[in-house]
Amino acid sequence: MSITYLEAIREAQYEALRTDPNVFLYGQDISTFGGAFKATKNLSREFPGRVFDSPISEDAMIGMAVGAAVEGARPIIEMQFADFSSVGFNQIVNQAATLYWRTSTPCPITIRMPSGGTPGSGPFHSQSMESIYAHYPGIVILTPATVEDAYWMLLESVKLNDPVIFCEHKFLYYHLKSEGFGESLPIGKARIARPGRDATVVTYSAMLHEALKSAEELQMDGYQVEVVDLRSVKPMDTDTILASVSRTGRLLAVGEAFPWGGVTSEIIARVSSEAFHMLDAPPMRLNSKDTPIPYHPNLWKSHRPTTSSITAALRDLLRY
Amino acid sequence: MILSRILEEKLGSLYRAGGRIVGGVYLGRGQEAFSAAAGNNLRYGKDVYGPLIRDQAGRIAYGEPLLDTLRTYLGVVTGPMRGRDGNIHRGRPKDGYMAMISHLGSLLSVVAGALFARRLRGTLEDSVGATSIGDGGTSTGAFHEGLNMAAVEKLPLVVSIANNQFAYSTPTTRQYACEDLVDRAIGYGVEGYSVDGTDLLACVATFRTAFARARAGHGPQLVVGRLLRLGGHGEHDDASYIPDSAKHKHEARDCIEVAKKQALEFNWATEADFRTWEEEARRDVDAAQAIASKEPTPDPYRETWHALSTSELVEGQHG
Ligand SMILES: Cc1ncc(C[n+]2csc(CCOP(=O)(O)OP(=O)(O)O)c2C)c(N)n1
Repeated sequence: MSITYLEAIREAQYEALRTDPNVFLYGQDISTFGGAFKATKNLSREFPGRVFDSPISEDAMIGMAVGAAVEGARPIIEMQFADFSSVGFNQIVNQAATLYWRTSTPCPITIRMPSGGTPGSGPFHSQSMESIYAHYPGIVILTPATVEDAYWMLLESVKLNDPVIFCEHKFLYYHLKSEGFGESLPIGKARIARPGRDATVVTYSAMLHEALKSAEELQMDGYQVEVVDLRSVKPMDTDTILASVSRTGRLLAVGEAFPWGGVTSEIIARVSSEAFHMLDAPPMRLNSKDTPIPYHPNLWKSHRPTTSSITAALRDLLRY
Repeated sequence: MILSRILEEKLGSLYRAGGRIVGGVYLGRGQEAFSAAAGNNLRYGKDVYGPLIRDQAGRIAYGEPLLDTLRTYLGVVTGPMRGRDGNIHRGRPKDGYMAMISHLGSLLSVVAGALFARRLRGTLEDSVGATSIGDGGTSTGAFHEGLNMAAVEKLPLVVSIANNQFAYSTPTTRQYACEDLVDRAIGYGVEGYSVDGTDLLACVATFRTAFARARAGHGPQLVVGRLLRLGGHGEHDDASYIPDSAKHKHEARDCIEVAKKQALEFNWATEADFRTWEEEARRDVDAAQAIASKEPTPDPYRETWHALSTSELVEGQHG
């Protein structure tokens, strides 16, 4: 029986609700309707009184989660789309993220953010917010790229005594399937998704699959590209990245988010400052274009990195 | 009220003397009756309280020790905020005493969330939550979202709006266009009360009703107090923008003077009683200041510098 990425997210929530009475779910249309993407399908029936429809109030939803967490609850908040978390931005970065530092009171909340682009979804239903939140101290940012990680990392998030931004990728919801939940590394550890010796691609979330296809293509030309899946962008597993770059001497950082600042620039900064001597070529990065995210699939496909643009970037890097 | 006024006088004079207080000082002069009347209905450790900028009197009525205040203003490590945050931002969330962030309006949903979780876990019993805001803070989206959510969830929450007529320097005409802020209650489907915030007896009676209604399951209660702050926005501000006409209005009465007159009139207390209370308050404030000012300030070399409670996930060497 194969399980999709989306089902893994639902199953993790099921398991969290089943094993811990302090867990509850709060979000728009998540109760009887099962959520805009059906990530909470049937959960309100299976756990009556623990899955609630919220008003369209991202600020209040996150504020309420913080208050509930202080009282010992472990809320999972669903943003209908990651994009709308900008309305709750203040509560995330100022309320939730500072609580432990200021008061020694842990803030165990999980905010699920359906992230990233799908064809035809346009500027307000496609954004990747991980870089924005990663900028702030006091938050853990997870970006699962596999069915196994979607399941295990969400379960781990709920157990963590800190605020977690859980960036699940909408494109992977139905595209990705697995035979089971298998195993997963702990939060904070990156994974070598494919070993290689000629260049390292460091990436995360949906871009992992584009990068893997690209590595596959380049293998036909005799190149062995190593692909590192960050899994969590904050904390970032710098040791694994550095170890990989020390083996390959070449780095390409790939992210679906906008280019300015953010996760890929952080990767480049760390490698440049800590492993400059190991590099045989200038480190490169590839992001979406610096425009709002376009609506038409034709435009969208060339807006974000894809297998072909990653391959092209890697050829440049390998040729250097 | 008296203790709050005397404590705040001390904070003001320490601020003016310079050197010892860390950061700004924001006082609640003129708002003591309104704030204390609310705080007096709360039980420390049982009810949830999210006070705001001018709630020193409410904090004392709620049961916060003087030492917590002085330690926070002096930024010493023994205080609840350990020098990491200051002044009115203090709280002890684990006791149900929420620590505000600067962003106005954002505490309402946090207090609501604590009540929500209690109801879910079956520990709500007869506990209630309270928070307050100024006329300016009611213009934030967070305030609207939070109050609407609390109303939808029918939470036992008392929200006080201290309408002191100025948000920093901005008059209410530039803040809202409805006749009276209490009219908002209808729009949220919550119970609303309007009270003379300079009249202690009126405030006590109004909050008693509001808290009883909240505890009895009637959902959020919105209490609007009409008053004027008797000072600047903070101690750095001389409030020269407040026109004389406002200072001569009924709202500009000093609530402590009004309460004193009421007490003497009804023979609840004598002048001598008031003198004794003031002396006691001075003694207590001085004692707390003496203790706090000898305590250590934070040492950057002893800080963990961890923003996460899960220390394994703290990024150290590559940060
Ligand atoms: C969201 C937000 N914007 C701006 C400020 C800066 N600020 C702090 S207090 C204040 C005035 C508040 O006025 P009001 O809510 O009426 O309360 P009062 O000070 O009169 O008691 C302002 C503008 C803030 N703290 N939060």
